[in-house]
Amino acid sequence: MSNVKKRKLIDKGFHILVFLTTLFGLLILSILLFDILKDGLKWINIEFFTNFTSRFAEKAGIRAPLFGSIWIITITMIFAFPIGVGSALYLEEYSDDKKILTKIIKLNISNLAGVPSIVFGILGLGIFVNFLGFGRSILSGALTLTLLILPIIIVSSQEAIKSVPKELRHGAYALGATKWQVVKGVVLPYSLPGILTGSILAIARALGETAPLIIIGAVTFIAFIPESIFDKFTTLPMQVYNWSTMPQTEFHDLAAGAIIILLILLLGANAVAIILRNKYQNRIK
Amino acid sequence: MNIKIDVKNLDFFYGDFKALNNINIEIEENKVTAFIGPSGCGKSTFIRTMNRMNDLIDGTKHVGEIIYEGKNIYSSEVDVVELRTKVGMVFQKPNPFPKSIYENIVFGPKRNGIKKKAELDRIVETSLKDAALWEEVKDRLDSSAWSLSGGQQQRLCIARALAMKPDVLLMDEPTSALDPVATSKIEELIGELKDKYTIVIVTHSMQQAGRISDNTAFFLMGKLIEYGETSKIFSNPEDKRTEDYITGRFG
Ligand SMILES: Nc1ncnc2c1ncn2[C@@H]1O[C@H](COP(=O)(O)OP(=O)(O)OP(=O)(O)O)[C@@H](O)[C@H]1O
Ligand SMILES: [Mg+2]
Repeated sequence: MSNVKKRKLIDKGFHILVFLTTLFGLLILSILLFDILKDGLKWINIEFFTNFTSRFAEKAGIRAPLFGSIWIITITMIFAFPIGVGSALYLEEYSDDKKILTKIIKLNISNLAGVPSIVFGILGLGIFVNFLGFGRSILSGALTLTLLILPIIIVSSQEAIKSVPKELRHGAYALGATKWQVVKGVVLPYSLPGILTGSILAIARALGETAPLIIIGAVTFIAFIPESIFDKFTTLPMQVYNWSTMPQTEFHDLAAGAIIILLILLLGANAVAIILRNKYQNRIK
Repeated sequence: MNIKIDVKNLDFFYGDFKALNNINIEIEENKVTAFIGPSGCGKSTFIRTMNRMNDLIDGTKHVGEIIYEGKNIYSSEVDVVELRTKVGMVFQKPNPFPKSIYENIVFGPKRNGIKKKAELDRIVETSLKDAALWEEVKDRLDSSAWSLSGGQQQRLCIARALAMKPDVLLMDEPTSALDPVATSKIEELIGELKDKYTIVIVTHSMQQAGRISDNTAFFLMGKLIEYGETSKIFSNPEDKRTEDYITGRFG
């Protein structure tokens, strides 16, 4: 009897403990958010979006980095999503698991996900900027970020594909479906929600990166909107970084304003992915 | 009496493990053939060799021949995809696709080149009627197949197989997950289907084998022990082991 009481007490204690840890995270997050909103909100008006950056805080805006970020993230996903999902499909469905090479590749893709992003920046500088001659362009930036997030997309897509029940595949094969028909008709629809979840994470990661973009030479003082993938660019996190290194405190508040927009952009990108995911999930249920 | 499938000296291996040992059997056309035997004796393995589903398992190999329509199905002349359109399969666990009822039925026909909506509609109706499911689902063909009950799902899987208009229908314990009502529906169905199809069914239920099958094959540890008319196997088996199994003395 007393044993039950004691166990219940421990149960309750643990409940409170995990609640407190969650609360701690939430608290820190709220303070951060509050701080940013307090500094940044007052700067957000129409001019903040229509102006380019400037030496004078009153005239500075995020027109160039906002468009730069949208360009970068769009082009990155255009490359990363099909290549990532395609690689995952190949590794899970087509490659021969018994071959050493397959094993090495599978192992190393997960390792790649842990490589510091700056290393990808150096790689991008060498290959895209210099060797392929794309210069310090959106294309170079997007390709570099593609390399960076590919492992995330591949690994999460692999997991999603692995979770497709064997029974479903066999059911399709037994109806005289070819491998490609099984992949397209059963494997992809079933694993799409999982694939999209991984891609949400990847988008967030790419949207927030600065280090590799600094390395490949994204510039922060840009007074035009990119019109093609070969144009120079800057992004919101780059602008935030730049402004927060300025001595004047107005610029620090500007940075807070840019962070708010970056957060909204992130939430927007996530919302799109979540809507897509739910759409396909509902189709399954 | 026509022979639909003629199995000659078939051995089957999972890696080094010999799961089937020198199987010889002739499956008759438009008959129901039941496979019985204790768990692990190789019934599923054998039924899966007949539409080459075992190809999907790594490290398997076979020796011997399975003659269907005059050709060894394992020879290079036979295309496995085409074979499976003619030799359909219903699995032990219902496995409808995460799609609508309608899309489940047309999955096979669509992928085998039937595009016309009217024709697909007709296939859906006739296959569902043949599988005794039409009345229950005709008003909700667009709802998800996963919303059906287990027994309905299994009949849907049967309908899905019938939609291919197969020649042979392989069923691996199709009623093991079902309640008595759904089971008797499917048994009734099998009785009706054998006019059009050749049916092979694996079952653990002696009663079921006795009720629905024309011929029965008894397997034990990868070997075919006895094969013949169901009435004979059940009333007057030749082998002592068959008799022991049927009377429930082991297995
Ligand atoms: N994928 C596999 N890999 C290795 N061995 C297998 C595999 N599938 C089956 N076996 C083995 O082959 C033998 C026959 O298995 P099988 O599934 O054909 O038996 P079964 O007669 O269908 O049994 P049950 O009545 O329990 O379904 C068993 O010893 C089993 O362990
Ligand atoms: Mg079995």
